[in-house]
Amino acid sequence: MDNIILTGILIPVMPFLAFLLIVSITKRFKLLSAIISITAIFISLILSIVVLNWQLKNPGMHLKYDLPWLYLNNLKMHIGIIINSLTCIMLLVVTTVSFLVQVYSIGYMKGDDGFSKFFAFISLFSFSMLGIVIADNLLQLYIFWELVGLCSYLLIGFWYYKPEAAEAGKKAFIVTRFGDFGFLIGILIVSYLAGSFDFVDIENFIKAGNISDKLLTIIVILLFSGAVGKSGQFPLHIWLPDAMEGPTPVSALIHAATMVAAGVFMVARLFPIFSSSPDAMLVVAYIGGFTALFSATIALAQNDIKRVLAYSTLSQLGYMMLALGAGGYVAGMFHLYTHAFFKALLFLCAGSVIHSLHTNDIWQMGGLHKKMPITSITFLIAALAISGIFPLSGFFSKDEILLTVLHSGNKVLYYAALFTAFLTAFYMFRLYFVTFFGKEKEESHCHESPAVMTVPLILLALLAIVAGFVGLPGKFSIYNFLFLEHPEEVKMDYGVAITSNIVAISGILLAFIIYGIRILSPDTIREKAGFVYTILKNKYYIDEIYLFFIRTVYYNLTEGIKWFDRHIVDGAVNLVAFLCRWSGNKLKFTITGRVQNYALIIVAGLIFVILAIYIFMPDLIFAGGVK
Amino acid sequence: MLSLMHFVILSVILFSIGIFGVLTRRNAIGILMSLELIFNAININMVAFSKFLTPDNIYGEIFTIFIITVATAESVLGLAIILAIYRMRQKIYADEMNLMKW
Repeated sequence: MDNIILTGILIPVMPFLAFLLIVSITKRFKLLSAIISITAIFISLILSIVVLNWQLKNPGMHLKYDLPWLYLNNLKMHIGIIINSLTCIMLLVVTTVSFLVQVYSIGYMKGDDGFSKFFAFISLFSFSMLGIVIADNLLQLYIFWELVGLCSYLLIGFWYYKPEAAEAGKKAFIVTRFGDFGFLIGILIVSYLAGSFDFVDIENFIKAGNISDKLLTIIVILLFSGAVGKSGQFPLHIWLPDAMEGPTPVSALIHAATMVAAGVFMVARLFPIFSSSPDAMLVVAYIGGFTALFSATIALAQNDIKRVLAYSTLSQLGYMMLALGAGGYVAGMFHLYTHAFFKALLFLCAGSVIHSLHTNDIWQMGGLHKKMPITSITFLIAALAISGIFPLSGFFSKDEILLTVLHSGNKVLYYAALFTAFLTAFYMFRLYFVTFFGKEKEESHCHESPAVMTVPLILLALLAIVAGFVGLPGKFSIYNFLFLEHPEEVKMDYGVAITSNIVAISGILLAFIIYGIRILSPDTIREKAGFVYTILKNKYYIDEIYLFFIRTVYYNLTEGIKWFDRHIVDGAVNLVAFLCRWSGNKLKFTITGRVQNYALIIVAGLIFVILAIYIFMPDLIFAGGVK
Repeated sequence: MLSLMHFVILSVILFSIGIFGVLTRRNAIGILMSLELIFNAININMVAFSKFLTPDNIYGEIFTIFIITVATAESVLGLAIILAIYRMRQKIYADEMNLMKW
């Protein structure tokens, strides 16, 4: 077996070993558990760099290795690994963010009763997420897909004694189920038709034109519904903001950088399949674009620091989907890659603030810049990056997305994306000014977080600055690395770049005017906007609409089904049981216990059978013997 | 000259006597003996058909030997059970062995 393949297999195995070790042995030794978990993910990080290094030397190559698992008629199930440029990028993102977040967690989770449990879950999550990344077939992808869902559930409900956390965990699990259900059906249909779960086999099968356009569109939309659930696209976005009940490092790792990006990654992995159905691609683009704009507007009116970031995550995920739907394979993945760093950084900064203030409400904060300079500056860098200011990482990827959408010729989506960029800059700096500037709250006696928390912040801030430079043309350009068939031409469009920067800066300025120097008071704007503000504050009442629908339609439906189940289905079962008991009660008197009575019945039965044959099938006896 | 029919008729007679014995004897040993008659009726059938229909091979005869062996083993079991019952109740009337019921 090739060394690179072995390395690739070891990457997810390391965190899994850490998980087993913590759960079975070191659970009682808190710091040791953390060290094991961090060591494991650090080894994975090193191995990911080894794999990336190999891929850089052999651009465009892909390695595949699989073992047969189960053969059913002509459906072959394999378990295997695929290494190509997409795998490499995602491996690097997941291991880097996971490593930094785990280091940070030592500080953040200090003194928590579930310290070891937390690291065990994070390791299990890293294993599952890396499993998704290296999977070479749909079935394996789906297995790990569900595993990350489980880890997400476990970690959202980490403080399970808080009712909101327990509820949020359940909500995340159930809402994601809806998407996963469609995903599973899509997988089953396409693999049944192609006779294989393997990405390459399915791709070839579809490219050969074996599936009609209509069916293909349905399949792709079903597959996409999995991504809608996992990546929190409209209308299944409602679980992500509630998922913020979990510990903040979890929000940073799972609900910002990696797991929610799994949906985007899945679309990118299946991009050849998606792109063979233009109708479905349009659906992907519109849902992505709509989600981007929709959640950006909600983020304007939220007061919980983590919820603003959650809606921002939804918005950026929508951006990635929009890019993929518009045909920008590189653009979508590029944004995933840069977004992972700056969004994880934003969450960790928020965690740092929450850690010292013990509140999520931004209006309870203020003037933190002096007290927490490192957090403030790293937050500023991340906010500039997400707003797409040159030359931070967000600029390159966001620019690429805008360019892709513009080139796809869809003006509506382009302006939606541009407006989203404006809103993004605005709400990020609203957050920044309100949290770190403004009036100091007197009673707050907060302080900068310990080094174990600030060092990951600084490292992530560095990444948020430099990660985008692979977007520049040149030898190490991402366009020469990440491609499907042949490298894309690097297209720099200064028009789009300048437009997006002007839009972002005007968003920042508006935020500065309102929340920074308060020329316009936030309160007057809130009163002016009255009606709109209420709608945004209540997230367009989507949760309420779902609740209404569940209470009126769903509950009545289930009442009917319950009645049917209790009386008809159970009734049939009970009837059979009753008949058996009744007839048994009557027939038991034929059992006399005398062996000769039984023999008599046997002989009588024999004679009866022979007579029956004699009367109804005389041929059998008189045909002159057995044929 | 004996034909297949003669053997079959002999076997039918033996079988019927055996069935009659099994159903009517009170004495358990009598039942066992009647069972042996049934087995032998079948053995005769086997050998006769084998001899007349497929004279080239001896499958029927081989099966007969198997049946004799198995029948012997069964009789031994039956006798052992009857002996155990005799020790317990001092009699072996089959119609009085009726404990195995509802």
